[in-house]
Amino acid sequence: MTQSDSNEDTGPADLRVRPVDAADLGEIIAIDAEVTGLEKTDYWYELFHRYGAGRTRQKLFLVAESGTDIEGFIIGEVRDWEFGSAPCGWVFGISVRPGARLAGVGARMLEAICDGFRHAGVHKVRTLLARDNGLILSFFRSQGMMAAPFIPLEKELD
Amino acid sequence: MKLQKGTTLALYSMLEFAANPGKQLSAAEIAEKYGASAHHLAKVLRELGRAGLVESARGVGGGYRFSGNATRLTLMDVIELFEDISTRTGESDEFDGSSDVGRALGAVMSEIDEIAKATFRSITVDTMLKLIQRQRREASAAQAPARGK
Repeated sequence: MTQSDSNEDTGPADLRVRPVDAADLGEIIAIDAEVTGLEKTDYWYELFHRYGAGRTRQKLFLVAESGTDIEGFIIGEVRDWEFGSAPCGWVFGISVRPGARLAGVGARMLEAICDGFRHAGVHKVRTLLARDNGLILSFFRSQGMMAAPFIPLEKELD
Repeated sequence: MKLQKGTTLALYSMLEFAANPGKQLSAAEIAEKYGASAHHLAKVLRELGRAGLVESARGVGGGYRFSGNATRLTLMDVIELFEDISTRTGESDEFDGSSDVGRALGAVMSEIDEIAKATFRSITVDTMLKLIQRQRREASAAQAPARGK
């Protein structure tokens, strides 16, 4: 059975999704470390530098805030003509604090980033996931996402 | 990956029950809708009942109603009540792995199976119901201009 973030709920009543601020990075690093087991401080500062608030309309780094707590974050960007694909939005990072799951936080963040993509002029959103990541796969499926017409490939480099 | 007949009947049935929560449906009703044998479907429903996904309804007409959790129950959960596909691999099932050619073909089949399994694991009954509704809306929207001609 899945434990996906319910999309029936719309999150805590005071939940708001807004662009990331430098002061949020400590909580973002902590959420990511709790979920992945790895603390990647340099990575998050670098990501903030590239995608942080107000950089461009094409890059979005948003947080979900309830009261004074950061409950989750989502990151994406508009990619143009990648492998012949017309410009579309890409979500390449999403996480919700484990204690705040099953309350619609992820759905609200995805909705917000999709609004951002629409504002940037694109009408399709994509993501890429490990196929054994049932939790996040189920979440995106529950939001209406289907398999894209692409196949990810890889090979070992000797 | 091909599913057995009983498995596909179980999937049809679960989606019928989940789309009508609280309503009791008989094996005969579902069997007629999907062109299946009522006897076969009755066996499938008993299995779903044993798993706690449907409960039998007493009273006039009898039947079953949904008792699962649509937002948690995945297609794989239903499939695995009827057949074990989680351990199925292309190498062992489709091709003889004792030859180079068989092993290579098996590797391709294995890729396909892994994608199919991940898909079944990631889609809940609730997500399926939304997909069905969306397809209905799209079909209606596509028919609307034609009706207007």
